[in-house]
Amino acid sequence: MTKVITKFTRNVPHWQPRVKPVDLKEASDEQLDALKVTPSNTKVSEYVLTLAHDVESLKVRSPLFNAIMYDKGGMSRAERELGALAASMVNHCIYCAAVHAARHAQLEKSTEVTDRLFRDGADADLGPRDRAIFDFAVALSRTPSQAGPEEMAALKDAGLDETEVLDLILSASLFGWANRLMHILGDPVRLPETAA
Amino acid sequence: MMMETTALTGTGLTGAPGAAVEGRANIFEMTQAAEEAVLRPNDCGAWSHELRAALAARIAVQNDEHGLAERYATGAGSFAPLAEPSQDGSAEGLAAVLAFMDKVAADTRNVASTDIAGLQAAGILDADIVRLCELNAFLAYQLRVVAGLRLMKGVFA
Repeated sequence: MTKVITKFTRNVPHWQPRVKPVDLKEASDEQLDALKVTPSNTKVSEYVLTLAHDVESLKVRSPLFNAIMYDKGGMSRAERELGALAASMVNHCIYCAAVHAARHAQLEKSTEVTDRLFRDGADADLGPRDRAIFDFAVALSRTPSQAGPEEMAALKDAGLDETEVLDLILSASLFGWANRLMHILGDPVRLPETAA
Repeated sequence: MMMETTALTGTGLTGAPGAAVEGRANIFEMTQAAEEAVLRPNDCGAWSHELRAALAARIAVQNDEHGLAERYATGAGSFAPLAEPSQDGSAEGLAAVLAFMDKVAADTRNVASTDIAGLQAAGILDADIVRLCELNAFLAYQLRVVAGLRLMKGVFA
């Protein structure tokens, strides 16, 4: 028996697909080619094998994802993770929230911010810069977006420059995308052998 | 000079925050490639380019991006009425698809395994379910990039 995780955690769950992933043995040449451009070149994850059903999207998605989250300059990597986390909390994507809260904690060498967010929710006590970043990303992640000039001005007041604001828009928006794959196409679970 | 992309020039955002956007030109080019992949793929599966255009327009309307909705809807052909969210798609035999797409777009957090099981029970192939999700998910991204750039232009102009 597997248990579906419903609460936010930094302990990254296993992702269990709700549809049947592509079987590598039956994959087309185009699918095999696309699977090579993913970050993992040893074992292909069930998530990537699920996305391989739409190989044209998968091919462009992986490099775009990496550029938005990791390209040099602009906003710090930890703050991009905070944008990703805000979106994932709005959309209740437990898996994405776990991965990106863990990365935030690792980059900041501190679990303080993500502990607070998971314990107290969106109203958690944050520093002024994190507050502005988190609030903007949350507002942008609603449908339709609830971000307005006030949230944008708060970013400027908190000292973000244009390149940083653009990276925040991109990272928060990117998780509007990622959450609608991860949270829709699979369940975050603990497998019996890894149960805490 | 950057290529024409929906995110930058299809939305009345010409002259949008220049230097910052130039610095991320690769991202806007890849964003446009992703739009091609979800709206005009070579392998459509069960969903034609026309239906994809209508679904994109519908999601844009649900996000209050009416200019972009019009742009997407030009390719929708006979599916154009589905761009209007009050249409439930039953006349086209697409009620289950539209109900799913609406929930993924606007009530993401409450989508559950039963929603996927419902599509499977309606005879929709797993590959076509993934295609629907990619279309919906990409639009969620692109519409928010547009909304964010518009705000940025207002405050940092």
